[in-house]
Amino acid sequence: MKHARVAWSGGIHKAIESDGQLWLTHGPHAGRRVGFDEVVWLPPLAPVAQARTVIALGLNYADHAKELAFKAPEEPLAFMKGEASLIGHKAMTYRPTDVQYMHYECELAVVIGRTARHVKKGDAYDFVAGYTVANDYAIRDYLENWYRPNLRVKNRDTCTPIGPWLVDAADIANPMALALQTTVNGQVTQSGNTRDMIFDVPTLIEYFSSFMTLKPGDLILTGTPDGVVSCQAGDVIVTEIEDIGALTNTLVATP
Amino acid sequence: MQINRTPQMPWQPEGTVYGTLLNFRREWDIRAPRMTEDPHKAAPMAPVLYVKSANTFNPAGHDLLLEDGIREVDVGGTLGLVIGDDGEVAEGALLCDWSVPHMSYYRPPIKFRCRDGYLALPLQTTACQNMSDWNSLEIEVRLNDAVVQRVRLSSMVRDLQTLLTDVSEFMSLQPGDVLMVGTDCLPDGSRPKARSGDRIMISAPGFVSLQQTVRLQGGAA
Repeated sequence: MKHARVAWSGGIHKAIESDGQLWLTHGPHAGRRVGFDEVVWLPPLAPVAQARTVIALGLNYADHAKELAFKAPEEPLAFMKGEASLIGHKAMTYRPTDVQYMHYECELAVVIGRTARHVKKGDAYDFVAGYTVANDYAIRDYLENWYRPNLRVKNRDTCTPIGPWLVDAADIANPMALALQTTVNGQVTQSGNTRDMIFDVPTLIEYFSSFMTLKPGDLILTGTPDGVVSCQAGDVIVTEIEDIGALTNTLVATP
Repeated sequence: MQINRTPQMPWQPEGTVYGTLLNFRREWDIRAPRMTEDPHKAAPMAPVLYVKSANTFNPAGHDLLLEDGIREVDVGGTLGLVIGDDGEVAEGALLCDWSVPHMSYYRPPIKFRCRDGYLALPLQTTACQNMSDWNSLEIEVRLNDAVVQRVRLSSMVRDLQTLLTDVSEFMSLQPGDVLMVGTDCLPDGSRPKARSGDRIMISAPGFVSLQQTVRLQGGAA
């Protein structure tokens, strides 16, 4: 099932995808169907009691590591983001006017479903609630080699679109064989496959849970393959993952 | 001066906790001669931040458990600025930002800083009356009753308002978020270290002191 979280008619609602529409599943409008264009799409994540942990991977595809002139890492290169950088599908992201190189990063996002600590690879999928698509924008102008990638590059307001759907883990037979693609104004600029990850999803869950507790609703953004290009204000960027969804975002100039 | 909360409910951050690296002049000056060398190539221009994820929150009354073969941790006495509903600093809290000792500041420090329980929290926060007063705060760090460090906020690279302004250039702090102003090092560039059985106390005038005992998982303190 594909789950969404939307604002519509003055409230926030849970919905599922049904025949090309959103079917509201709870509350006063339960059972009602609304069109994709009638709602404001929010990140497809249920609220959590404490700040959500958002882990993101750098250099998790061999080709992207090569693209950035790094040798493949021997252990996951991970950084963290604040939940406040997340925005939903069809939102706008600010692009500072004075930068040269801002690029998207299409990433498979893993949503944790059960409290995970010292999880073994073989059991890791039992701890996944589902998957969604994230676009982990970066502005390379702001890269500094201190805790790199630094938060000024990676934790900017509006710079982590996510969604539109949270797809149940049970519906994805093999998350390690999904095609990824990004288009900029309709032109394909990035294409890859999750099978080319250096550290696959079970390995990442084993690694992170070896030193920290992951809680339901926590996110792991699993990195992006080769093919990032500079984007401009006005560009419409669609990051898409097979069977998970197509996440649309528009860049606008920072006022 | 202190915010009233239910005594049975020790304070925990409601939002995301951010830490600031290299915000004390002593550590900056020690590292400055090598900042232009590989892999850094240049001194940092913007504040260097990191996230302390929710699994690190360690409420008052609990020990720090050393797990996974860790035997020694850096003590990081600091002040956390708690953001209020209007986006301004509403409260302050003394915190211990524990980390596994690491010398390299090149790659993100998740494995060193985001282990379970690695952010000791005080029972209560303190309301912020006039934030600039805290620029002259002196935080005392005790290890087993002996003072091992005095953290003087007057020696910060960015004072509180400058830090907030420079951070807000690229990200908005949300109500409930906490921005830690940084931890200082000792004259040799290291930080006070704690091992199993050690007890730390972090205190400053006007703030609820923070105490925590370090214990080895499965072992006697």
